[in-house]
Amino acid sequence: MSAVTISRAPTSIATIDKRRNDRSKWLTIAFFLLPGMGMFLFFVLVPIAQSAYYSLFKWNGFGPITSDMFQGLKNYQDLFSDRIFWMAVQHSIFLVSGSLIIQLPLALGLALLVGRGELPGRRQLRIILFIPYVFSEVITALLWLYVLNPSGLFNTLLAAIPGYQNIGWLSNRDLVMFSIFLVLTWKYFGFHMILYMAGLQGISKDLEEAARIDGATEYQVLKFIIIPMLSPTIKLTIFLAVLGAFQQFVVVSVLTQGGPVNASELIATYLNKYGIKVLKLGYGSAIAVTLFVSMLAFSLTYQGLFMREEKTT
Amino acid sequence: MSAVTRDPRTPKNRLGRDSTLGMVIKYILLGIVLFLILAPIVTAISGSIRTTGEFIARPFGLPTQGIQWSNYIDILVNNSFWNSFRNTLFITVGVTSLNVVFGSMMAFVFARVPFRGRTFLFNVLSIGLLFPLVVAILPIFIQIRQIGLINSMWGVILPLVAFGLPGTVVILRGFFKGIPDELEDASYIDGCNRMQFFFYILLPMARPALAAVGTLQVIAGWNEYFLPLLILNDPKLWPLPLGIMQFQGQFGREWALIMAYVVILMVPTVLFYLFTERYIVTGLTGGELKG
Repeated sequence: MSAVTISRAPTSIATIDKRRNDRSKWLTIAFFLLPGMGMFLFFVLVPIAQSAYYSLFKWNGFGPITSDMFQGLKNYQDLFSDRIFWMAVQHSIFLVSGSLIIQLPLALGLALLVGRGELPGRRQLRIILFIPYVFSEVITALLWLYVLNPSGLFNTLLAAIPGYQNIGWLSNRDLVMFSIFLVLTWKYFGFHMILYMAGLQGISKDLEEAARIDGATEYQVLKFIIIPMLSPTIKLTIFLAVLGAFQQFVVVSVLTQGGPVNASELIATYLNKYGIKVLKLGYGSAIAVTLFVSMLAFSLTYQGLFMREEKTT
Repeated sequence: MSAVTRDPRTPKNRLGRDSTLGMVIKYILLGIVLFLILAPIVTAISGSIRTTGEFIARPFGLPTQGIQWSNYIDILVNNSFWNSFRNTLFITVGVTSLNVVFGSMMAFVFARVPFRGRTFLFNVLSIGLLFPLVVAILPIFIQIRQIGLINSMWGVILPLVAFGLPGTVVILRGFFKGIPDELEDASYIDGCNRMQFFFYILLPMARPALAAVGTLQVIAGWNEYFLPLLILNDPKLWPLPLGIMQFQGQFGREWALIMAYVVILMVPTVLFYLFTERYIVTGLTGGELKG
């Protein structure tokens, strides 16, 4: 313990005093840390660990688990051989690609427009652009349930085009994921935009000015100064976009329940439909564990590769 | 005007003529985006004050058969609406207060009280950032059932607090770390102990950061849908997001009524947002960017 206090810069009267009060220090630590850590362990880590155990059983959730319910890794075999599960994975990957190709560049573009420069009304613009993010997912989904409804806003507006046939934005198997992506972009781009704006504030104006004085064009300033300086934020938003796509539930659940015929199934809706609702809790646990492990593996890899310098503890 | 009178911090674009055209393009692009953002919201408002028939015929438009206040009144005189409202309020207050109290205590230790194993514990807590509630919903559900909190508000509140803690602690820890050591040393010389330093000096100084994490928790508690859906079987306990889904199930194609309910839920959210926008933004960026 003394080693720790020594590492704290030059010794002052206070630090000597602190060292003397070792007992009170540990009491303080216990008092401050235990309630929160306890809740975290009890409601986050322990359940996750338990689900790894449950995933080895055929269990409907009623009564205790007995040894004759044990079935080894069968739940995982079933999961990995289920075509619908892989469809759900594909849909999540589709959402990730959409985020990377459309949502994040859009958010960055808007952050550049609204976050810097002398555009009049930029504060008001920023407030409006961020509004969808504060709506609950249920509200978002209900708004769009109307917009995408066969007799809703989209079809009514598009009916102005001669020869337009009503499209079932949520009932067409080929279109439904695009519709969902649109809704998710509407709701979440503001979040990424805010992160970019914060990142932009950290870029010194002097650097840009120096480049401009040296004759750099707007495009060159963007490419050689702003984007590289913003790269920690860009890496972070990509990371969050991937996690978000694999964890999406409420919007899809309200809009389509994963339908029509699994055409918009995501991992969380799959878990709810084939694990919780049908009370196959062993199978559901296997889904949950698969999701944890892949998220954890992704995070560690991604942070190890790209975000190392920001991980400070 | 002349470049000389301009504020030197905002240099005029080198291609002066270009910037007018640039501005026009910017505004056109922004106009399109703004339309896409606002159209669903405006259409909801305009639908909520008309009949469903009018609304379906013209998504935007003013009422032709008089403003249908009855859409709103029907919902607002309904007991189950106010019941859901109270439930949501209870969940929101519970989640926010417990989260901020426990979170600030933990963040204090992680930021300013060094001890062996601190980094390890903090890393354990950080794992929680990867798993929002949706992902862990089944394990949580089983856990809540084991301790008999099914159909109890606490079965919703406690997991929400636990899942919010990692984010809160990361944000507050960054802020607490920024407070100079000299201040802490000075307070000890003046006879404070750690607790007194925490309560009388650190917390008052951290008010903006506390407001930031608090507002994020308010939003999380106010909006939560999935956990109450699984934990609360009794409709009397349902919060607003479940209430509106039940309402939607009941009134299916009565879009005007559903939009009125949507607007009723949007209004407090927007008001809250307008008043706390600053804190939400610092909460989201300050915390996540400093990591």
